[in-house]
Amino acid sequence: MRKPAIQVMTANRLSDGVVLYLAQDNQWVEQLAAARFARTDNAVEQLQVSADAAVHDRLVIGPYLFTVEAFGGEFRPISQREHIRALGPTVGTDMPAAPSGA
Amino acid sequence: MYAYDAFDHAFVQDRANEFREQVARRLAGALTEDEFKPLRLMNGLYLQLHAYMLRVAIPYGTLSADQMRRLALIARRWDRGYGHFTTRQNIQFNWPALVDVPDILDSLAEVEMHAIQTSGNCIRNVTADPFSGAAADEIEDSRVWAEIIRQWSTLHPEFAFLPRKFKIAVTGAEADRTAVKFHDIGLRMRRNAKGQVGFEVIVGGGQGRTPIVGITIREFLPKQHLLSYLEAVLRTYNLLGRRDNLYKARIKILVAETGAAVFTKTVEAEWERIHGGALTLPQDEIRRIEAHFAPPLLVAALADGGYAAARLESPDFAAWCRSNLFAHRVPGHAIVTISLKPAGGIPGDATAEQMEVIANLADQYACSEIRVTHEQNLVLPHVRETDLFAVWQALVAADLGTANIGLISDIIACPGLDYCNLANARAIPVAQRISRHFADPALVEEIGPITLNISGCINACGHHHAGHIGILGVDKHGEEFYQITLGGAADDDAAIGQILGPSVPYDGVVEAVDTIIQTYRSVRQTGERFIDTVRRTGINPFKEVLYADR
Repeated sequence: MRKPAIQVMTANRLSDGVVLYLAQDNQWVEQLAAARFARTDNAVEQLQVSADAAVHDRLVIGPYLFTVEAFGGEFRPISQREHIRALGPTVGTDMPAAPSGA
Repeated sequence: MYAYDAFDHAFVQDRANEFREQVARRLAGALTEDEFKPLRLMNGLYLQLHAYMLRVAIPYGTLSADQMRRLALIARRWDRGYGHFTTRQNIQFNWPALVDVPDILDSLAEVEMHAIQTSGNCIRNVTADPFSGAAADEIEDSRVWAEIIRQWSTLHPEFAFLPRKFKIAVTGAEADRTAVKFHDIGLRMRRNAKGQVGFEVIVGGGQGRTPIVGITIREFLPKQHLLSYLEAVLRTYNLLGRRDNLYKARIKILVAETGAAVFTKTVEAEWERIHGGALTLPQDEIRRIEAHFAPPLLVAALADGGYAAARLESPDFAAWCRSNLFAHRVPGHAIVTISLKPAGGIPGDATAEQMEVIANLADQYACSEIRVTHEQNLVLPHVRETDLFAVWQALVAADLGTANIGLISDIIACPGLDYCNLANARAIPVAQRISRHFADPALVEEIGPITLNISGCINACGHHHAGHIGILGVDKHGEEFYQITLGGAADDDAAIGQILGPSVPYDGVVEAVDTIIQTYRSVRQTGERFIDTVRRTGINPFKEVLYADR
């Protein structure tokens, strides 16, 4: 029997666009590792309800679910897109990684 | 340069004020995202993979030194210390916070800049020859006409909601440096048999998922009728263009489906109806705009001995002169192209510090002018030969001295999957790998003139269809693969590249490009450019070698 897909809810913060993940207690966090991982239809539904509330409260925009897989004791996105979104651009160290003077 | 009048200042500032209010209403909950999205897009603000992205218009790719300094300030104060120059001669900031964008727009307005019509289904930033007003082969300064079009098209009520975005390019020289045949409308300045200057009107070019080389629908259009003719083309498109299918909504599809003859006839009929009316450009108005672009007072000079000596003494300087300088209309001067493509660098990116170096050089040596090329480089249009060595030294000190314009490491690349919401695959790291592989200046020069363009998806922002070597990123079951094309060209002999064969994986791209180059070096005739070899041999010799073991 196929294992159910593990789902994570993500969005961007309204005020600055930063990538966020829905975690426990309806908190939004910047680290994928701290996200809530939904393994059942009911858990996925809960993610959706929380995300809708966060959109309504103007915390986030554009929420959607994506799939992760367990790998070496951690969860990794299946798609390259979400992998890059979680870790940031892969364009090396040619440019500053943080705001100048930060 | 064009200088805003009181109307322009008030208009741009009003628009910035309006957006400040819209952002406040969004943050306060008075606007939903569905309501706000079209408003932010009208001001160039996208939501990308990691953050918002602000695209700032650089009309016809012309910047003053002060404007460049302001872009540096914005990069440093509100972004991450750099900006990305695009194939539309614009600049993008990849990390602005929504709450800061009103301040950024205010800051831009102070230096006569904005982000209006850098997104949406409207007439986008008009591009022009980056060597305008300087090139030895120029007929007339294309920026005059790009500015006239900008004024006509900005917030044009009839064309604010076209079936799709609409891109216009103007070139005023013998050589096309704007990819004029890959635009919705390309305007090419021509002299007719009587020696009068007018425009060849090219319509229906474009890239994306259906690449098409534009066709000429009018060989010669008198200049004073430019706007009425554009209006006739736009009106025809606006009325007949498809709105039911995003992928078939560009004018190129309309021209292809209607047929060139019928499309032309429809445009001409509309033009016949409207020309000679209010859109006929008065001579006084043309002269008023021309005055803004009056050439700087440059004194012709004999060949400079110091410049010649420096070329002899410094092989690196000599190499840079061979690849990065172009003929100026005034003897003793040169057009300097500054490469934003160092080995391993991000094509089109410049740090705030680099922008300031370039601004200072423009002030000191180039009449305070800077241009952006659609190849994602920058230009100092008016430099005295006697100053070239000092300019080069300053550029080298700022990591801007790469001698590779028009060579294999001068790669066009879109932001790709590292930044873009639409992309399927990365483009920048592929460019970085290729430019590192071809980092030896002697090898790059020996390979000779070539264009290599990379897009991270079929939308083709990296102009892969028009590259001598084109690389298109595709997604195959979650993995990045790259389709390679050969034989594309964006210049006078515009062509769409032919697909070489099955796509190659991310880790195989550099090897594939290297194989193509090795094949070229083995089959080329003496002095033959890459594109000419491909045209002579076709793609088969390359295909056979590349796929021999696959």
